[in-house]
Amino acid sequence: MTGEEIQKVTMILLKYLLPTLKIFGFTLLYSIPMGMIVALLKMCKIKPISWLTNIYILIMRGTPLMLQIIVAYYSIPMLKQNEHLPGFIQSLLGSIDIQAENFMFNTVIVAFTLNYAAYFAEIFRGGIESIPKGQYEAAAALSMNKFQTFFHVVLPQVVKRVIPASANEVIVLVKDTSLANVVSYAEITLKAKQQMQTYSSLTPLFIAGIFYFVLAMILSVAASFVEKKLDYYK
Amino acid sequence: MAMLEVKNLSKSFGAQTVLKDISFNVEKGDVLAIIGPSGSGKSTLLRCINQLEKASGGSVDVCGINMFKSNESGRLVYANSASLRDIRLKVGLVFQNFNLFPHMNVLRNITEAPVRVLKKSRADAEKIAMELLGKMGLSEKAKSYPCELSGGQQQRVSIARALALSPEMLFFDEPTSALDPELTGEILKVIKELAADGMTMIIVTHEMSFARDVADHVIFMEGGVIADEGTPEELFGENASERTKQFLQRY
Repeated sequence: MTGEEIQKVTMILLKYLLPTLKIFGFTLLYSIPMGMIVALLKMCKIKPISWLTNIYILIMRGTPLMLQIIVAYYSIPMLKQNEHLPGFIQSLLGSIDIQAENFMFNTVIVAFTLNYAAYFAEIFRGGIESIPKGQYEAAAALSMNKFQTFFHVVLPQVVKRVIPASANEVIVLVKDTSLANVVSYAEITLKAKQQMQTYSSLTPLFIAGIFYFVLAMILSVAASFVEKKLDYYK
Repeated sequence: MAMLEVKNLSKSFGAQTVLKDISFNVEKGDVLAIIGPSGSGKSTLLRCINQLEKASGGSVDVCGINMFKSNESGRLVYANSASLRDIRLKVGLVFQNFNLFPHMNVLRNITEAPVRVLKKSRADAEKIAMELLGKMGLSEKAKSYPCELSGGQQQRVSIARALALSPEMLFFDEPTSALDPELTGEILKVIKELAADGMTMIIVTHEMSFARDVADHVIFMEGGVIADEGTPEELFGENASERTKQFLQRY
């Protein structure tokens, strides 16, 4: 490839950086709070809730994200064709417009969020369980209620403890966004593949690799910055 | 009216009975020391009165408010949550391992509960906190984090933290057991000063000479029961029971 072609391909891929970042950003936005909720549900004292949550986590962590994206994208159009489903499910499915412009993006985000929430939940649960019992007892002895204890005593300490493991997940997520190309969602990897065929060259894939690499670098620098920021106590 | 009335308190974990038929009173301004071998139930007793453990039987009244008692059918009934909260505010607790909040500086550790629980303004809470820190000789450590302090300093902060809610009574659960022998002195000095100020206190301790100095009344516990009790003169004197003497010999 000539220098001019490389520049052209880079500009095309740069344009598709936004869809990649959109998957990344929205997945984090939804999966982190959801992960927190899932972590609390898994620690719930009511056993059936804890079991159901555990089954969800097992499925999400036990099957490939790529498969989950395919299922999320194709399941609704396929279910719509099934006439034996109960009425309320049919009307629910009917309310989803599979022709809508956002349909693909939304299903991709649903799959990513459900998957990443399961991983975050396990990280958060580990963090919450690592807080010594004495912290809860001290808060109780000071008449703090459960809400105050969780938000002012436990959670700030959990945040510090889960930063390294969460940063790891976040960096994996940047690269996992490329899985969205399996349903032909137009992002960097899909475009790089197309350019590869256009020019019969591996260079577009190499450029795409640099994009991911730079993003991952930025994130790891950010993570160590946050870790340092929280290093004021042990 | 006694500040604390414990009647026939019992506690078991499953089939294991750790406290049996414990009864005692603490009057305003009194200092009660609880001594005894490890596993005798001293800490559990303190934790039951502090609502960190659920008791199994008997009754406890704090400042005339009932915490729990048995009903007609013999079942243990705890008071409603408002009473339990009132009781909790009247009792401060100092832990063996300090249990300071590591992510908050010293000042914040002390002001957190007054601000969140008593809804004091931060300025008021900080004023009280600085006074308490002054008393503890730690004024210059207000902005330090617990990890930057020695064990003795951390324990003094945790005493200030408990005092910031102006409790009627202060409980100490082996306050010097996690400290170097060199650092226990500074804690004992603080407790003595509190006693001189008329603070009502219960102190679970292994520091016998300290218990003898500071306490008005001493309880010797063994195997979940009160094996012996009396004034320090009685318990540490010639007329104490054989078992008490035997236990004290080791100190």
